[in-house]
Amino acid sequence: MSDKKMLEVTGLKVNVADKEILHGIDLSVDAGEIHVIMGPNGAGKSTLGNAIAGAPKFEITDGTIRFNGEDITDLSPDKRAKAGIYLSFQNPVEVPGITLSNFIRTCLEQKTGERIRIWTFKKELEATMELLGMDPSYAERDLNVGFSGGEKKKAEILQLLMLKPELAILDETDSGLDIDSVRTVSKGIEQYRNTVGGSLIIITHITRILDGMTVDKTHILADGKIVAEGDRSLIDNVNDKGFDQFINK
Amino acid sequence: MKEKTHVDDINRSIYDFRFDEDDFYKVDSGLTPEIVMQISEEKGDPEWMKEFRLKSLEIFNRIPMTKAGPSIEGLNMDNIVTYVRPNTKMHADWDEVPEEIKETFERLGIPQAERESLAGVGAQYDSELVYHNIREDVAAQGVIYTDIESALHGPYADMIREHFMKLIPPTDHKFAALHGAVWSGGSFVYVPKGVSVEIPLQSYFRLNAPGAGQFEHTLIIVDEGAYLHFIEGCSAPKYNIANLHAGAVELFVGKNAKIRYSTIENWSKNMYNLNTKRAIVEEGGTIEWVSGSFGSHVSYLYPMSILNGKGAKSEFTGVTFAGKDQDLDTGCKVLMNAPDTTSYVNTRSISKDGGINTFRSSVVVTEKAKGAKSAVSCQSLMVDNISRSDTIPVMDIRCADCDIGHEATIGRISDDTVFYLMSRGLSEEEAKALIVSGFADNVSKELPLEYAVEMNNLIRLEMVGVIG
Repeated sequence: MSDKKMLEVTGLKVNVADKEILHGIDLSVDAGEIHVIMGPNGAGKSTLGNAIAGAPKFEITDGTIRFNGEDITDLSPDKRAKAGIYLSFQNPVEVPGITLSNFIRTCLEQKTGERIRIWTFKKELEATMELLGMDPSYAERDLNVGFSGGEKKKAEILQLLMLKPELAILDETDSGLDIDSVRTVSKGIEQYRNTVGGSLIIITHITRILDGMTVDKTHILADGKIVAEGDRSLIDNVNDKGFDQFINK
Repeated sequence: MKEKTHVDDINRSIYDFRFDEDDFYKVDSGLTPEIVMQISEEKGDPEWMKEFRLKSLEIFNRIPMTKAGPSIEGLNMDNIVTYVRPNTKMHADWDEVPEEIKETFERLGIPQAERESLAGVGAQYDSELVYHNIREDVAAQGVIYTDIESALHGPYADMIREHFMKLIPPTDHKFAALHGAVWSGGSFVYVPKGVSVEIPLQSYFRLNAPGAGQFEHTLIIVDEGAYLHFIEGCSAPKYNIANLHAGAVELFVGKNAKIRYSTIENWSKNMYNLNTKRAIVEEGGTIEWVSGSFGSHVSYLYPMSILNGKGAKSEFTGVTFAGKDQDLDTGCKVLMNAPDTTSYVNTRSISKDGGINTFRSSVVVTEKAKGAKSAVSCQSLMVDNISRSDTIPVMDIRCADCDIGHEATIGRISDDTVFYLMSRGLSEEEAKALIVSGFADNVSKELPLEYAVEMNNLIRLEMVGVIG
């Protein structure tokens, strides 16, 4: 893995509906690293993930986001995606009129600017769906329409594996999943590590998804600030004692 | 998102082109009995048709201007050249069609569309049919597909006289009267008892000369137990002088017969499209309308189904796209006049860049319609804050024993959906085009593949400005 800085967030302040949610976040992710962001509900974890991906609802009022040395603070979400950032949504949106398969192909074609060879694409898609335990029929169903919560999350990981971004932000991908689905998602993340070798920011408040995974750094986010940082042992600490210890009373 | 993407007005020049009409024969502007006589003579009308035209003109001059929909003040009847005829006669062979007319058609993609699998093409250039062809096996089934002018003198003359403008009488409204006086060109189709035409018949309409109106008449009679899919596609070049289209479509669906009538209209944006379409359905018969309206400056378009026999069915599926300077008043009418009749209406409308969409529906259930079922669903999508969408559903129920439902939604493109798609690398326009195509999916999946592709191209053209 290269030691170059991939993502550098500096002094990031973010408003949602004119209310400041993040009060100055610093976060630095190197190529190939796995970072975990934990914190109580309403701490601003999803806000951070969405702000990095460029969601228009999240207004950056101060600070910068640099990706591979380029200032992307003002870039539109599609340009960030093309630069290599991927956000796995907490609540994936249903889009009628385009099938999951066609959507992924369209995204790939947009990204590479080249026509995708259908046969190669289909084979890779089928293999990846099998890995994720998805029924092949989902490929020809409209994007997320009528998918169960679990299938929606798997479809997010499927897109991650097909689009192969340099940085994946997983926004509570594990929430609402049963134990088998969490295992499947973990398997998908492992596959992403093995084949793409990209960096990960895993936003979660449960830790089952991290079982058996190397974690380079853990950040505890509370009230819009990073209140603690450490290595994997911090996760065990949180599991034992909860978040209260980090929050100023 | 700080970086906003500006969506340019689309470049319609892809569809807006024309050739000079130098050699073409024109009648004087303005409408007098002399002009109507001249048209009648040129066409070699039988006596009854000449009288019909003159009577229609009288009605036209007597009844007031239609005022139901959007303003048509931009229309100056004195300025409308009602009849332009290309200087060519009917051609059965594509090779004999004049080169520049062929070129116009080729730019519209007509020869490509006319593949082996397609039954026949009646292509209309200005007011006259210049090309007519029907596949031999369809003709061998006894199916008649011709222009009305020829049919008026052939073995089906009586059949035409019996049906012509009986569903849409000249007294119906001002433009029906105008149509009765100056109609020209169009198609006549007769499908005999029990014959199922497996491949769609197609017809293309197009306006070319400046200020020329187009008044084509489509008369289709599908006999007992027979089936026909008829496709009408329209697009016209752009001009500054107001253009008028006041065609008429009359469909007669026999007992247990079925007609599917599909249209994609893409008139240029100075067109007044005041078209009238009507079907009457006998016992156990079915009419299916599939309608995509994209072009024109002002449209009044409400295909009507008269369900006149027990168990008759009507299905209407429509999509209307109103962009800048477009005021499109579309919808449908259903008259349920027999027991156990059913009608379904399913429409989508999209407005963008200040475009105005009005959905208008009328469902009338008479005392005779015991056990009737009707469901109306219309959904509207506004792409921005300057566009407009209205829904005007009317229901007149005079029967207690029936099941009637209506639902309407008006929505905007959700920011969350746009962000979701953009986060995967699609541009804002691509994302919105995808959402709009998905929204109009109800119609595109009802269309044959090449038309579905054309419709999606039109949506992309409107939304992104290029054909992908």
